[in-house]
Amino acid sequence: MSELDDLYQEVILDHNKAPRNFRAISGANRRAEGYNPLCGDQVTVYLQVEDGVIKDISFQGSGCAISKASASMMTTELKGKPESAAHELFENVHNMLTGELDNKGGGSERVGKLAILSGVCKFPARVKCASLAWHTMETALKGEKHPVQTE
Amino acid sequence: MKAMSQKRTAPVKFDVARVRQDFPILSQKVHGKPLVYLDNGATSQKPLCVIEAIDHYYKAENSNIHRGVHYLSERATAAYESARGKLRGFINARSDQEIIFVRGTTEAINLVAQSYGRTFLKAGDEIIISAMEHHSNIVPWQMLCDQVGAKLRVIPINHDGEIVMEEYEHLLNDKTKFVAVTHVSNALGTIVPVKRIVALAHGRGIPVMLDGAQAVPHLQVDVQDLDCDFYAFSGHKMFGPTGVGVLYGRAELLEKMPPYQGGGDMISLVTFEKTHYNVLPYKFEAGTPNVADGIGLGAAVDYLRALDWPAVAAHEDRLLRYATAALQQIAALRIIGTAKEKAGVLSFVFDHVHAHDVGTILDQEGVAVRAGHHCAMPVMQRFGVPATARASFAFYNTVEEIDLLVRAIERVLKVFD
Repeated sequence: MSELDDLYQEVILDHNKAPRNFRAISGANRRAEGYNPLCGDQVTVYLQVEDGVIKDISFQGSGCAISKASASMMTTELKGKPESAAHELFENVHNMLTGELDNKGGGSERVGKLAILSGVCKFPARVKCASLAWHTMETALKGEKHPVQTE
Repeated sequence: MKAMSQKRTAPVKFDVARVRQDFPILSQKVHGKPLVYLDNGATSQKPLCVIEAIDHYYKAENSNIHRGVHYLSERATAAYESARGKLRGFINARSDQEIIFVRGTTEAINLVAQSYGRTFLKAGDEIIISAMEHHSNIVPWQMLCDQVGAKLRVIPINHDGEIVMEEYEHLLNDKTKFVAVTHVSNALGTIVPVKRIVALAHGRGIPVMLDGAQAVPHLQVDVQDLDCDFYAFSGHKMFGPTGVGVLYGRAELLEKMPPYQGGGDMISLVTFEKTHYNVLPYKFEAGTPNVADGIGLGAAVDYLRALDWPAVAAHEDRLLRYATAALQQIAALRIIGTAKEKAGVLSFVFDHVHAHDVGTILDQEGVAVRAGHHCAMPVMQRFGVPATARASFAFYNTVEEIDLLVRAIERVLKVFD
Protein backbone atom coordinates (compact mmCIF):
# COMPACT_ATOMS: atom_id res chain seq x y z
CA MET A 1 0.00 0.00 0.00
CA SER A 2 1.29 3.46 -0.80
CA GLU A 3 1.75 6.05 1.92
CA LEU A 4 -1.24 7.88 0.54
CA ASP A 5 -3.45 4.79 0.87
CA ASP A 6 -2.12 4.43 4.42
CA LEU A 7 -3.28 7.94 5.15
CA TYR A 8 -6.68 7.82 3.50
CA GLN A 9 -7.91 4.42 4.59
CA GLU A 10 -11.56 3.45 4.11
CA VAL A 11 -12.36 3.85 7.79
CA ILE A 12 -10.95 7.38 7.79
CA LEU A 13 -12.87 8.32 4.65
CA ASP A 14 -16.01 6.89 6.19
CA HIS A 15 -15.65 8.92 9.40
CA ASN A 16 -14.99 11.99 7.25
CA LYS A 17 -18.13 11.43 5.21
CA ALA A 18 -20.33 10.53 8.17
CA PRO A 19 -18.70 11.85 11.34
CA ARG A 20 -20.02 10.28 14.55
CA ASN A 21 -21.20 12.44 17.44
CA PHE A 22 -21.02 15.52 15.22
CA ARG A 23 -23.28 17.73 17.33
CA ALA A 24 -23.29 20.05 20.30
CA ILE A 25 -24.17 18.84 23.79
CA SER A 26 -26.35 21.50 25.34
CA GLY A 27 -25.32 22.06 28.91
CA ALA A 28 -22.08 20.09 28.53
CA ASN A 29 -20.02 20.48 31.71
CA ARG A 30 -16.68 20.49 29.81
CA ARG A 31 -16.03 22.23 26.57
CA ALA A 32 -13.07 23.64 24.67
CA GLU A 33 -12.29 25.12 21.31
CA GLY A 34 -9.28 24.20 19.24
CA TYR A 35 -7.87 26.05 16.34
CA ASN A 36 -5.08 25.48 13.84
CA PRO A 37 -4.03 28.90 12.54
CA LEU A 38 -1.92 27.30 9.82
CA CYS A 39 -4.85 25.91 7.87
CA GLY A 40 -7.90 27.37 9.58
CA ASP A 41 -9.13 24.06 11.02
CA GLN A 42 -11.44 24.70 13.91
CA VAL A 43 -13.06 22.29 16.35
CA THR A 44 -15.20 22.46 19.46
CA VAL A 45 -15.23 19.42 21.76
CA TYR A 46 -18.10 18.92 24.23
CA LEU A 47 -17.97 16.54 27.17
CA GLN A 48 -20.45 15.49 29.79
CA VAL A 49 -18.40 14.10 32.67
CA GLU A 50 -20.10 12.52 35.68
CA ASP A 51 -18.28 10.88 38.59
CA GLY A 52 -15.06 10.83 36.60
CA VAL A 53 -16.67 9.03 33.66
CA ILE A 54 -17.25 10.48 30.19
CA LYS A 55 -20.98 9.98 29.81
CA ASP A 56 -21.15 11.79 26.50
CA ILE A 57 -18.71 13.40 24.11
CA SER A 58 -19.24 15.21 20.80
CA PHE A 59 -17.60 17.69 18.45
CA GLN A 60 -18.36 20.33 15.87
CA GLY A 61 -16.25 22.39 13.52
CA SER A 62 -14.63 22.43 10.13
CA GLY A 63 -11.49 20.81 8.93
CA CYS A 64 -9.90 18.33 6.59
CA ALA A 65 -10.70 14.63 6.38
CA ILE A 66 -7.89 13.75 8.77
CA SER A 67 -8.96 16.16 11.47
CA LYS A 68 -12.63 15.28 11.15
CA ALA A 69 -12.01 11.53 11.15
CA SER A 70 -9.65 11.80 14.10
CA ALA A 71 -12.22 13.78 16.09
CA SER A 72 -15.01 11.40 15.15
CA MET A 73 -13.03 8.29 16.13
CA MET A 74 -11.98 9.98 19.35
CA THR A 75 -15.61 10.48 20.40
CA THR A 76 -16.58 6.86 19.69
CA GLU A 77 -13.53 5.63 21.56
CA LEU A 78 -13.93 7.78 24.67
CA LYS A 79 -17.64 7.58 25.30
CA GLY A 80 -18.21 5.73 28.57
CA LYS A 81 -14.52 5.70 29.49
CA PRO A 82 -13.10 7.08 32.75
CA GLU A 83 -11.31 10.41 32.55
CA SER A 84 -8.00 8.75 33.42
CA ALA A 85 -8.30 6.46 30.37
CA ALA A 86 -8.86 9.54 28.18
CA HIS A 87 -5.65 11.13 29.42
CA GLU A 88 -3.74 7.94 28.81
CA LEU A 89 -5.14 7.50 25.32
CA PHE A 90 -4.33 11.13 24.55
CA GLU A 91 -0.68 10.46 25.41
CA ASN A 92 -0.55 7.28 23.36
CA VAL A 93 -2.27 8.77 20.32
CA HIS A 94 0.01 11.77 20.48
CA ASN A 95 3.05 9.48 20.55
CA MET A 96 1.68 7.46 17.66
CA LEU A 97 1.09 10.54 15.50
CA THR A 98 4.60 11.79 16.11
CA GLY A 99 5.99 8.32 15.38
CA GLU A 100 7.24 7.72 18.90
CA LEU A 101 4.86 5.09 20.19
CA ASP A 102 7.26 2.22 19.64
CA ASN A 103 10.11 4.05 21.33
CA LYS A 104 8.07 4.74 24.43
CA GLY A 105 7.21 1.12 25.14
CA GLY A 106 4.31 -0.88 23.83
CA GLY A 107 2.95 -0.67 20.33
CA SER A 108 -0.23 -0.19 18.40
CA GLU A 109 -2.22 -2.23 20.95
CA ARG A 110 -2.00 0.81 23.24
CA VAL A 111 -4.16 2.87 20.89
CA GLY A 112 -6.65 0.18 19.82
CA LYS A 113 -8.74 1.10 16.78
CA LEU A 114 -7.00 4.45 16.53
CA ALA A 115 -3.98 2.66 15.06
CA ILE A 116 -5.70 3.37 11.77
CA LEU A 117 -4.40 6.95 12.13
CA SER A 118 -0.79 5.80 12.32
CA GLY A 119 -0.21 6.60 8.62
CA VAL A 120 -0.33 10.27 9.53
CA CYS A 121 3.17 10.20 11.01
CA LYS A 122 4.54 9.84 7.46
CA PHE A 123 3.01 13.22 6.64
CA PRO A 124 4.57 15.70 9.09
CA ALA A 125 2.46 18.58 7.77
CA ARG A 126 -0.69 16.68 8.71
CA VAL A 127 0.15 15.65 12.28
CA LYS A 128 -1.47 18.82 13.62
CA CYS A 129 -4.67 18.01 11.74
CA ALA A 130 -4.96 14.64 13.47
CA SER A 131 -3.97 15.87 16.91
CA LEU A 132 -6.13 19.02 17.09
CA ALA A 133 -9.26 17.32 18.47
CA TRP A 134 -7.20 15.37 21.01
CA HIS A 135 -5.48 18.46 22.36
CA THR A 136 -8.84 20.15 22.54
CA MET A 137 -10.39 17.23 24.42
CA GLU A 138 -7.47 17.21 26.87
CA THR A 139 -7.92 20.94 27.44
CA ALA A 140 -11.65 20.52 27.98
CA LEU A 141 -11.07 17.79 30.57
CA LYS A 142 -8.52 19.90 32.40
CA GLY A 143 -10.95 22.81 32.33
CA GLU A 144 -8.36 25.17 30.87
CA LYS A 145 -9.85 28.38 29.59
CA HIS A 146 -7.67 29.34 26.65
CA PRO A 147 -8.48 28.03 23.19
CA VAL A 148 -6.06 25.39 21.95
CA GLN A 149 -3.79 26.18 19.07
CA THR A 150 -1.81 23.63 17.18
CA GLU A 151 0.81 24.97 14.88
CA MET B 1 5.56 51.94 -39.24
CA LYS B 2 8.18 49.28 -38.92
CA ALA B 3 7.03 48.51 -35.41
CA MET B 4 3.45 48.25 -36.62
CA SER B 5 4.27 45.73 -39.32
CA GLN B 6 6.31 43.68 -36.84
CA LYS B 7 3.33 43.63 -34.54
CA ARG B 8 1.19 42.08 -37.24
CA THR B 9 3.55 39.16 -37.84
CA ALA B 10 3.24 35.86 -35.97
CA PRO B 11 2.66 36.15 -32.21
CA VAL B 12 5.81 36.36 -30.12
CA LYS B 13 6.89 32.94 -29.04
CA PHE B 14 7.99 32.42 -25.48
CA ASP B 15 10.58 29.67 -25.20
CA VAL B 16 9.51 28.24 -21.86
CA ALA B 17 11.72 25.14 -22.19
CA ARG B 18 14.78 27.35 -22.45
CA VAL B 19 13.69 29.58 -19.58
CA ARG B 20 13.18 26.53 -17.35
CA GLN B 21 16.84 25.65 -17.77
CA ASP B 22 17.68 28.84 -15.92
CA PHE B 23 15.97 27.47 -12.79
CA PRO B 24 17.97 24.49 -11.46
CA ILE B 25 15.38 23.47 -8.84
CA LEU B 26 12.67 22.80 -11.43
CA SER B 27 14.32 19.71 -12.90
CA GLN B 28 14.02 17.60 -9.75
CA LYS B 29 11.61 14.81 -8.93
CA VAL B 30 9.26 14.77 -5.94
CA HIS B 31 7.89 11.43 -4.68
CA GLY B 32 9.29 9.94 -7.90
CA LYS B 33 7.33 12.34 -10.12
CA PRO B 34 8.57 15.43 -11.95
CA LEU B 35 8.14 18.50 -9.76
CA VAL B 36 5.24 20.68 -10.85
CA TYR B 37 5.79 23.86 -8.88
CA LEU B 38 2.54 25.82 -8.67
CA ASP B 39 3.13 27.64 -5.39
CA ASN B 40 4.72 30.74 -6.86
CA GLY B 41 2.36 33.00 -4.95
CA ALA B 42 4.05 31.81 -1.75
CA THR B 43 7.54 32.13 -3.15
CA SER B 44 9.05 31.89 -6.61
CA GLN B 45 12.06 29.83 -7.63
CA LYS B 46 15.41 31.49 -8.35
CA PRO B 47 17.33 31.54 -11.60
CA LEU B 48 20.94 30.40 -11.50
CA CYS B 49 22.19 33.96 -12.06
CA VAL B 50 20.63 35.04 -8.74
CA ILE B 51 22.10 32.07 -6.88
CA GLU B 52 25.50 32.79 -8.44
CA ALA B 53 25.36 36.50 -7.64
CA ILE B 54 24.92 35.69 -3.94
CA ASP B 55 27.60 33.02 -4.12
CA HIS B 56 29.99 35.41 -5.82
CA TYR B 57 29.36 38.13 -3.26
CA TYR B 58 30.32 35.86 -0.38
CA LYS B 59 33.29 34.43 -2.24
CA ALA B 60 34.72 37.66 -3.58
CA GLU B 61 33.14 40.82 -2.17
CA ASN B 62 31.81 40.22 1.33
CA SER B 63 32.41 43.25 3.49
CA ASN B 64 30.41 45.81 5.42
CA ILE B 65 29.08 48.64 3.30
CA HIS B 66 29.13 52.44 3.72
CA ARG B 67 31.91 52.11 6.32
CA GLY B 68 35.20 50.73 5.22
CA VAL B 69 37.77 52.64 3.28
CA HIS B 70 39.24 49.37 2.14
CA TYR B 71 38.94 47.68 -1.21
CA LEU B 72 36.33 45.05 -0.34
CA SER B 73 34.08 47.51 1.42
CA GLU B 74 34.14 49.76 -1.59
CA ARG B 75 33.30 46.90 -3.90
CA ALA B 76 30.47 45.66 -1.66
CA THR B 77 29.08 49.18 -1.35
CA ALA B 78 29.20 49.67 -5.10
CA ALA B 79 27.47 46.33 -5.74
CA TYR B 80 24.74 47.04 -3.18
CA GLU B 81 24.09 50.57 -4.43
CA SER B 82 24.10 49.32 -7.99
CA ALA B 83 21.33 46.89 -7.01
CA ARG B 84 19.36 49.83 -5.61
CA GLY B 85 19.71 51.57 -8.95
CA LYS B 86 18.44 48.49 -10.76
CA LEU B 87 15.39 48.38 -8.52
CA ARG B 88 14.75 52.06 -9.15
CA GLY B 89 14.72 51.32 -12.86
CA PHE B 90 12.58 48.23 -12.35
CA ILE B 91 9.65 50.23 -10.98
CA ASN B 92 10.61 53.52 -12.64
CA ALA B 93 11.04 55.54 -9.45
CA ARG B 94 12.43 59.06 -9.88
CA SER B 95 15.58 58.53 -7.85
CA ASP B 96 17.54 55.96 -5.87
CA GLN B 97 16.65 57.92 -2.72
CA GLU B 98 13.13 56.58 -3.06
CA ILE B 99 14.23 52.94 -2.92
CA ILE B 100 14.48 51.71 0.66
CA PHE B 101 15.72 48.20 1.22
CA VAL B 102 13.63 46.31 3.77
CA ARG B 103 13.18 42.66 4.74
CA GLY B 104 10.10 42.33 2.58
CA THR B 105 6.61 43.63 1.91
CA THR B 106 5.55 43.09 5.51
CA GLU B 107 8.32 45.25 6.88
CA ALA B 108 7.66 47.92 4.24
CA ILE B 109 4.01 48.22 5.28
CA ASN B 110 4.88 48.25 8.97
CA LEU B 111 7.44 50.96 8.29
CA VAL B 112 4.86 53.20 6.64
CA ALA B 113 2.19 52.46 9.26
CA GLN B 114 4.53 53.26 12.12
CA SER B 115 6.56 56.10 10.66
CA TYR B 116 4.02 57.91 8.50
CA GLY B 117 0.92 56.71 10.36
CA ARG B 118 1.99 57.50 13.91
CA THR B 119 3.23 60.91 12.83
CA PHE B 120 0.36 62.09 10.68
CA LEU B 121 -2.74 60.21 11.83
CA LYS B 122 -4.75 60.99 14.93
CA ALA B 123 -7.89 59.92 16.77
CA GLY B 124 -10.96 59.85 14.53
CA ASP B 125 -9.01 59.63 11.28
CA GLU B 126 -9.86 56.83 8.90
CA ILE B 127 -7.71 54.37 6.98
CA ILE B 128 -9.17 52.54 4.00
CA ILE B 129 -8.11 49.05 3.02
CA SER B 130 -9.92 46.44 0.88
CA ALA B 131 -11.64 43.19 1.77
CA MET B 132 -9.03 41.17 -0.12
CA GLU B 133 -5.89 42.25 1.68
CA HIS B 134 -3.21 39.86 2.90
CA HIS B 135 -2.91 39.92 6.70
CA SER B 136 0.24 42.00 6.28
CA ASN B 137 -1.86 44.84 4.86
CA ILE B 138 -4.48 44.55 7.60
CA VAL B 139 -2.71 43.97 10.89
CA PRO B 140 -0.15 46.85 10.72
CA TRP B 141 -3.07 49.25 10.17
CA GLN B 142 -5.07 47.72 13.01
CA MET B 143 -2.05 48.18 15.26
CA LEU B 144 -1.80 51.80 14.14
CA CYS B 145 -5.53 52.30 14.77
CA ASP B 146 -5.08 51.02 18.33
CA GLN B 147 -2.11 53.32 18.85
CA VAL B 148 -3.61 56.59 17.57
CA GLY B 149 -7.35 55.95 17.81
CA ALA B 150 -7.94 55.87 14.05
CA LYS B 151 -10.59 53.71 12.38
CA LEU B 152 -10.15 51.03 9.73
CA ARG B 153 -12.68 51.10 6.88
CA VAL B 154 -12.89 48.21 4.42
CA ILE B 155 -13.88 48.39 0.75
CA PRO B 156 -16.13 45.40 0.02
CA ILE B 157 -15.53 43.02 -2.88
CA ASN B 158 -18.15 41.44 -5.14
CA HIS B 159 -18.70 37.74 -5.75
CA ASP B 160 -16.08 37.64 -8.48
CA GLY B 161 -13.51 39.06 -6.07
CA GLU B 162 -13.40 42.56 -7.51
CA ILE B 163 -13.34 45.77 -5.55
CA VAL B 164 -16.69 47.57 -5.57
CA MET B 165 -15.53 50.98 -6.75
CA GLU B 166 -18.77 52.81 -5.87
CA GLU B 167 -18.36 51.61 -2.28
CA TYR B 168 -14.81 52.88 -2.27
CA GLU B 169 -15.98 56.30 -3.44
CA HIS B 170 -18.58 56.31 -0.64
CA LEU B 171 -15.95 55.45 1.96
CA LEU B 172 -13.70 58.34 0.96
CA ASN B 173 -14.50 61.32 3.14
CA ASP B 174 -12.89 64.19 5.02
CA LYS B 175 -11.74 61.87 7.79
CA THR B 176 -9.91 59.55 5.38
CA LYS B 177 -6.20 60.08 5.90
CA PHE B 178 -4.67 57.02 4.24
CA VAL B 179 -5.51 54.34 1.68
CA ALA B 180 -3.66 51.00 1.53
CA VAL B 181 -4.68 48.36 -1.01
CA THR B 182 -3.18 45.43 -2.80
CA HIS B 183 -2.21 45.64 -6.46
CA VAL B 184 -2.86 41.94 -7.11
CA SER B 185 -4.73 39.71 -4.64
CA ASN B 186 -2.69 36.77 -3.39
CA ALA B 187 -5.73 34.61 -2.67
CA LEU B 188 -7.88 35.45 -5.70
CA GLY B 189 -5.49 36.75 -8.36
CA THR B 190 -7.59 39.87 -8.95
CA ILE B 191 -5.72 42.77 -10.55
CA VAL B 192 -7.03 45.81 -8.69
CA PRO B 193 -7.61 49.04 -10.66
CA VAL B 194 -5.07 50.80 -8.47
CA LYS B 195 -4.49 53.74 -10.80
CA ARG B 196 -8.13 54.74 -10.42
CA ILE B 197 -7.96 54.13 -6.65
CA VAL B 198 -4.93 56.41 -6.38
CA ALA B 199 -6.53 59.11 -8.54
CA LEU B 200 -9.70 59.17 -6.44
CA ALA B 201 -7.72 59.42 -3.20
CA HIS B 202 -5.40 62.08 -4.57
CA GLY B 203 -8.45 64.10 -5.59
CA ARG B 204 -8.90 64.54 -1.84
CA GLY B 205 -5.21 64.85 -1.03
CA ILE B 206 -5.03 61.38 0.57
CA PRO B 207 -1.80 59.37 0.20
CA VAL B 208 -1.99 55.79 -1.09
CA MET B 209 0.18 52.76 -0.39
CA LEU B 210 0.07 49.77 -2.74
CA ASP B 211 1.03 46.23 -1.75
CA GLY B 212 2.81 45.02 -4.87
CA ALA B 213 4.06 41.65 -3.58
CA GLN B 214 1.95 39.64 -6.05
CA ALA B 215 2.09 42.23 -8.83
CA VAL B 216 5.80 42.56 -9.55
CA PRO B 217 6.25 38.92 -10.67
CA HIS B 218 3.53 39.35 -13.30
CA LEU B 219 3.13 42.99 -14.31
CA GLN B 220 5.48 45.74 -15.38
CA VAL B 221 5.08 48.27 -12.61
CA ASP B 222 5.67 51.98 -13.11
CA VAL B 223 5.22 53.88 -9.85
CA GLN B 224 5.20 57.23 -11.61
CA ASP B 225 2.44 56.11 -13.93
CA LEU B 226 0.45 54.63 -11.00
CA ASP B 227 1.18 57.86 -9.13
CA CYS B 228 1.11 55.98 -5.80
CA ASP B 229 2.88 57.41 -2.74
CA PHE B 230 4.24 54.12 -1.43
CA TYR B 231 4.77 50.78 -3.15
CA ALA B 232 5.95 47.65 -1.32
CA PHE B 233 7.26 44.36 -2.66
CA SER B 234 9.34 41.33 -1.69
CA GLY B 235 12.38 39.97 -3.47
CA HIS B 236 11.53 36.31 -3.02
CA LYS B 237 8.26 36.48 -4.94
CA MET B 238 9.99 38.03 -7.96
CA PHE B 239 12.65 35.34 -8.44
CA GLY B 240 15.06 36.98 -6.00
CA PRO B 241 16.21 35.84 -2.56
CA THR B 242 14.24 35.79 0.68
CA GLY B 243 14.92 38.38 3.37
CA VAL B 244 15.04 41.42 1.13
CA GLY B 245 12.39 43.65 -0.36
CA VAL B 246 11.73 47.23 -1.29
CA LEU B 247 9.70 50.11 -0.02
CA TYR B 248 9.29 52.76 -2.66
CA GLY B 249 8.23 56.08 -1.19
CA ARG B 250 7.73 59.46 -2.75
CA ALA B 251 10.77 61.46 -1.65
CA GLU B 252 8.84 64.45 -0.29
CA LEU B 253 6.83 62.15 2.00
CA LEU B 254 9.86 60.13 3.11
CA GLU B 255 11.62 63.40 4.00
CA LYS B 256 8.80 64.32 6.38
CA MET B 257 8.72 60.93 8.07
CA PRO B 258 10.76 60.07 11.16
CA PRO B 259 13.07 57.01 11.07
CA TYR B 260 11.45 53.63 11.66
CA GLN B 261 14.40 52.15 13.54
CA GLY B 262 17.44 53.74 15.10
CA GLY B 263 20.99 52.51 14.83
CA GLY B 264 24.06 52.61 12.70
CA ASP B 265 24.03 53.83 9.10
CA MET B 266 20.83 55.88 9.57
CA ILE B 267 22.63 58.75 11.28
CA SER B 268 24.94 61.51 10.15
CA LEU B 269 26.02 62.70 13.61
CA VAL B 270 25.39 61.29 17.07
CA THR B 271 25.99 62.99 20.40
CA PHE B 272 24.25 62.23 23.67
CA GLU B 273 22.33 65.48 23.28
CA LYS B 274 21.14 65.11 19.73
CA THR B 275 21.35 62.86 16.72
CA HIS B 276 21.18 64.05 13.13
CA TYR B 277 19.65 61.57 10.77
CA ASN B 278 21.19 60.48 7.55
CA VAL B 279 19.75 61.47 4.19
CA LEU B 280 17.36 59.31 2.16
CA PRO B 281 17.26 56.39 1.72
CA TYR B 282 19.71 55.63 4.57
CA LYS B 283 17.51 57.32 7.18
CA PHE B 284 15.31 54.22 6.96
CA GLU B 285 18.08 51.64 6.80
CA ALA B 286 19.38 51.21 10.33
CA GLY B 287 22.06 48.62 10.91
CA THR B 288 24.03 46.47 8.52
CA PRO B 289 21.59 45.57 5.76
CA ASN B 290 21.10 42.28 3.97
CA VAL B 291 23.84 43.09 1.48
CA ALA B 292 24.13 39.70 -0.22
CA ASP B 293 20.42 39.35 -0.88
CA GLY B 294 20.12 42.96 -2.01
CA ILE B 295 22.74 42.16 -4.63
CA GLY B 296 20.90 38.93 -5.45
CA LEU B 297 17.71 40.92 -5.96
CA GLY B 298 19.57 43.20 -8.32
CA ALA B 299 20.54 40.12 -10.32
CA ALA B 300 16.88 39.05 -10.41
CA VAL B 301 15.99 42.45 -11.87
CA ASP B 302 18.67 42.00 -14.53
CA TYR B 303 17.19 38.61 -15.35
CA LEU B 304 13.62 39.90 -15.57
CA ARG B 305 14.55 42.90 -17.67
CA ALA B 306 16.27 40.67 -20.21
CA LEU B 307 13.01 38.77 -20.81
CA ASP B 308 10.65 39.69 -23.60
CA TRP B 309 7.78 40.99 -21.45
CA PRO B 310 5.01 41.04 -24.04
CA ALA B 311 5.86 37.38 -24.66
CA VAL B 312 5.95 36.63 -20.92
CA ALA B 313 2.57 38.29 -20.46
CA ALA B 314 1.07 36.37 -23.39
CA HIS B 315 2.43 33.08 -22.02
CA GLU B 316 1.11 33.73 -18.51
CA ASP B 317 -2.24 34.77 -19.90
CA ARG B 318 -2.42 31.55 -21.89
CA LEU B 319 -1.51 29.48 -18.80
CA LEU B 320 -4.22 31.09 -16.72
CA ARG B 321 -6.87 30.73 -19.43
CA TYR B 322 -5.91 27.12 -20.12
CA ALA B 323 -5.92 26.23 -16.42
CA THR B 324 -9.20 28.04 -15.79
CA ALA B 325 -10.88 26.25 -18.69
CA ALA B 326 -9.47 22.88 -17.60
CA LEU B 327 -10.58 23.26 -13.98
CA GLN B 328 -14.02 24.46 -15.02
CA GLN B 329 -14.51 21.07 -16.68
CA ILE B 330 -14.30 19.37 -13.27
CA ALA B 331 -17.89 19.26 -12.03
CA ALA B 332 -17.23 19.10 -8.28
CA LEU B 333 -14.75 21.98 -8.38
CA ARG B 334 -15.52 25.62 -7.78
CA ILE B 335 -13.09 28.43 -8.65
CA ILE B 336 -12.87 31.20 -6.04
CA GLY B 337 -11.87 34.49 -7.64
CA THR B 338 -13.32 35.06 -11.08
CA ALA B 339 -12.42 38.69 -11.69
CA LYS B 340 -12.20 39.87 -15.28
CA GLU B 341 -8.63 41.06 -14.71
CA LYS B 342 -6.51 38.38 -13.06
CA ALA B 343 -2.87 37.45 -12.75
CA GLY B 344 -1.29 34.11 -12.02
CA VAL B 345 -3.62 32.68 -9.35
CA LEU B 346 -6.26 29.96 -9.45
CA SER B 347 -7.92 29.28 -6.09
CA PHE B 348 -10.39 26.42 -5.95
CA VAL B 349 -12.51 24.38 -3.55
CA PHE B 350 -14.57 21.21 -3.53
CA ASP B 351 -17.78 20.82 -1.56
CA HIS B 352 -16.72 17.45 -0.18
CA VAL B 353 -12.90 17.62 -0.03
CA HIS B 354 -10.99 19.99 2.22
CA ALA B 355 -8.15 21.99 0.66
CA HIS B 356 -5.66 20.36 3.01
CA ASP B 357 -6.49 16.90 1.71
CA VAL B 358 -6.27 18.23 -1.85
CA GLY B 359 -2.81 19.63 -1.09
CA THR B 360 -1.49 16.36 0.36
CA ILE B 361 -2.73 14.23 -2.55
CA LEU B 362 -1.45 16.68 -5.18
CA ASP B 363 1.92 16.64 -3.43
CA GLN B 364 2.08 12.86 -3.80
CA GLU B 365 1.71 13.46 -7.54
CA GLY B 366 4.60 15.94 -7.48
CA VAL B 367 2.31 18.97 -7.72
CA ALA B 368 3.05 21.74 -5.21
CA VAL B 369 0.12 24.02 -4.41
CA ARG B 370 -0.78 26.03 -1.36
CA ALA B 371 -3.68 24.81 0.77
CA GLY B 372 -5.08 27.04 3.45
CA HIS B 373 -6.34 30.55 4.03
CA HIS B 374 -3.38 32.21 2.26
CA CYS B 375 -2.93 34.73 5.09
CA ALA B 376 -6.19 36.26 3.93
CA MET B 377 -8.75 34.91 6.38
CA PRO B 378 -11.25 37.72 5.69
CA VAL B 379 -11.27 36.66 2.02
CA MET B 380 -12.11 33.09 3.07
CA GLN B 381 -14.90 34.43 5.29
CA ARG B 382 -16.23 36.54 2.40
CA PHE B 383 -16.58 33.44 0.22
CA GLY B 384 -17.78 31.22 3.08
CA VAL B 385 -14.99 28.67 2.78
CA PRO B 386 -12.50 27.61 5.47
CA ALA B 387 -9.64 27.34 3.00
CA THR B 388 -8.87 26.95 -0.68
CA ALA B 389 -6.28 25.11 -2.72
CA ARG B 390 -4.32 27.62 -4.74
CA ALA B 391 -2.32 27.01 -7.87
CA SER B 392 -0.21 30.07 -8.62
CA PHE B 393 1.80 30.35 -11.79
CA ALA B 394 5.06 31.85 -12.94
CA PHE B 395 6.34 32.30 -16.47
CA TYR B 396 8.35 29.08 -16.19
CA ASN B 397 5.22 26.96 -15.83
CA THR B 398 3.90 25.05 -18.82
CA VAL B 399 0.62 23.90 -20.26
CA GLU B 400 1.82 20.31 -19.74
CA GLU B 401 2.17 21.04 -16.02
CA ILE B 402 -1.44 22.16 -15.93
CA ASP B 403 -2.41 18.84 -17.51
CA LEU B 404 -0.52 17.14 -14.65
CA LEU B 405 -2.40 19.32 -12.15
CA VAL B 406 -5.69 18.20 -13.67
CA ARG B 407 -4.62 14.56 -13.58
CA ALA B 408 -3.61 14.94 -9.92
CA ILE B 409 -7.00 16.52 -9.12
CA GLU B 410 -8.63 13.47 -10.71
CA ARG B 411 -6.71 11.33 -8.24
CA VAL B 412 -8.08 13.48 -5.38
CA LEU B 413 -11.60 12.85 -6.61
CA LYS B 414 -10.90 9.12 -6.87
CA VAL B 415 -9.79 8.95 -3.23
CA PHE B 416 -12.84 10.91 -2.12
CA ASP B 417 -15.45 9.50 -4.54
